[in-house]
Amino acid sequence: MATETGPILDVRNIYKRFGGVQALDDVSMNLYPGEVVALAGDNGAGKSTLIKAISGVYRADEGEIVLAGEPVHFASPEAARGAGIETIYQDLALADNLSIGANIFLGREPMRNMFGFLPVLDRRKMAAAAKETMARLDFHVSRLEAPVGRFSGGQRQAVAIGRAIYWNARVLIMDEPTAALGVPEQRKVLSLVQTLKTQGQGVIFISHNLHDIFAVADRIFVLRRGQLAGERRIEDTNPDEVVRLMVGG
Amino acid sequence: MSASSAAAPGTGAKPNAGLAWLARIAELRAWLFLLILVVFFETWAQVAYGVTFFGSSYNLQSIAVFAVAPLLLALGSTFVIISGGIDLSIGFVMGLSAVVAAHGVNIAGHWLSPFPAMLVGIVAGLLVTLVPGKINGLLIAKLNIPPFIGTLGMFGVARGVAFLIAGGTTVPVSNHWFASLGNDRIFGLPYVVLVTVLFLIGMHYLLSQTRFGQHTYALGANEQATIRAGIDVDRLKQRLYMLSAFCAGIGGVLYAARFTAGAAQAGEPLLLDSIAAVVIGGASLFGGSGTVFGTVAGSLVIAVIQYGLVFINVEPFWQFVAVGCVIIISVLVDQTQRRFTER
Ligand SMILES: Nc1ncnc2c1ncn2[C@@H]1O[C@H](COP(=O)(O)OP(=O)(O)O)[C@@H](O)[C@H]1O
Ligand SMILES: [Mg+2]
Repeated sequence: MATETGPILDVRNIYKRFGGVQALDDVSMNLYPGEVVALAGDNGAGKSTLIKAISGVYRADEGEIVLAGEPVHFASPEAARGAGIETIYQDLALADNLSIGANIFLGREPMRNMFGFLPVLDRRKMAAAAKETMARLDFHVSRLEAPVGRFSGGQRQAVAIGRAIYWNARVLIMDEPTAALGVPEQRKVLSLVQTLKTQGQGVIFISHNLHDIFAVADRIFVLRRGQLAGERRIEDTNPDEVVRLMVGG
Repeated sequence: MSASSAAAPGTGAKPNAGLAWLARIAELRAWLFLLILVVFFETWAQVAYGVTFFGSSYNLQSIAVFAVAPLLLALGSTFVIISGGIDLSIGFVMGLSAVVAAHGVNIAGHWLSPFPAMLVGIVAGLLVTLVPGKINGLLIAKLNIPPFIGTLGMFGVARGVAFLIAGGTTVPVSNHWFASLGNDRIFGLPYVVLVTVLFLIGMHYLLSQTRFGQHTYALGANEQATIRAGIDVDRLKQRLYMLSAFCAGIGGVLYAARFTAGAAQAGEPLLLDSIAAVVIGGASLFGGSGTVFGTVAGSLVIAVIQYGLVFINVEPFWQFVAVGCVIIISVLVDQTQRRFTER
């Protein structure tokens, strides 16, 4: 989809060093709207460092990050999120005691005036946005006012993603989204990624699991000890080759 | 929450109706306790003395007046506990406020007529609480001192300062308006009860209908998520501890009005009762849950136990046993409910 336009995210020649470790060594990658890009690599290959450089957690030592044609320099994760780069973390994301709507709007709650003068939380608006957003993700939730702590892992991830897309995230970064989920829930999350793709969202998907990667990704970037070991279109490669790229030789 | 909590393949997809019901009972447990106590004391009064307990408006008013001070402390603690914190300093912040209000009314009385002098004292008693509240908030938010420790330190400081300001004794007040605030009624309702009811409605609004309340719940459930949502958690914590101190201030002012005297130890026996009221009312000491009306019910449970045991003429020490039992049962109900309703 939409490959005739430029990439939504273009990461050019990034370097990042931690003391003696060159965590990222001249790494480039890009992402188009409606595309799922997988980041693969062994432990310590630099995947997390790369997404942290993209999402404003770290500043790259050298290199350039271009978002929708504009060079960007994020001073903080908040700045990156404000520009539409949203990272879905496993556990940090949700307040378990609040509803889906309250989580979507956390920190930006809509208010309405009761009796024309008393500002109160607009719960109806929150519930409506929650319903709409979850339907957009093909997750149908019966009890919108229930606290998200009562939902399953996959549903909670859908809520976190729902919050991101409700606030117009342009790049969604998912670090190991299927880890810690049961098999049916993993399928649900993968189909969620498919749904996001068909809606024109750009997704960066980090995974150890080649099965997951081949199920949803359009392209794969393989990192090895901080360097880009290879970039492949998913239809042009196979798990064997990816493993070879990951371990070298 | 921990990664393992997300497992449970294929199950837990929908919150089921039976569990929702269990959660509802746990939520309303304080009202159930209250109902049980009402039935118990009424039966006892009827059988043993052939009189009504709850049919008597005198008894009801006494219970309400009994409940006021611990409830005011508990209202502030409700917010703090929901946010995942605790405020141990409120008892002596209440005493500090009572002493300052008493002095304030007296000193202002040298220059002003009684009514404005009373107002000066009330404002002074309330404003002084913002100092320990702000310091608690700064210790906890900026210096990352655990709330238990920070407010324990403030407990000592407020206690010492209150006794120093009081000169080691109680501070009598002579101001008929102030005495009237503490002891008179309007349409049969004591002013102190009326003030408390209005205040608790305001607190319910704050907790359930405003961003501040919403963020308080979020903070208690997941501080990281709250920070990530762009909420200024440091400022939120400072406000929470200032609110808690302010509630103690209202308690202190009303105490001084009721006894026409300020005493540093005014709130000393109330700290544990107020925390008990919050817990019985359905809040979790781990943070994230609780309501204002739950706390009201919790406070009434304690007040009914205390007043009721005096009324049926058993040794007053039984109240400690009874309140202790209710706390334990309440926490057990809460934990059982959690085990079933959380993934
Ligand atoms: N904050 C840090 N300080 C020092 N070294 C780090 C830091 N973050 C990552 N590294 C190092 O950088 C390398 C890449 O790590 P990381 O990006 O976490 O890899 P991956 O996510 O692919 O497992 C590793 O050698 C790791 O030890
Ligand atoms: Mg990693």
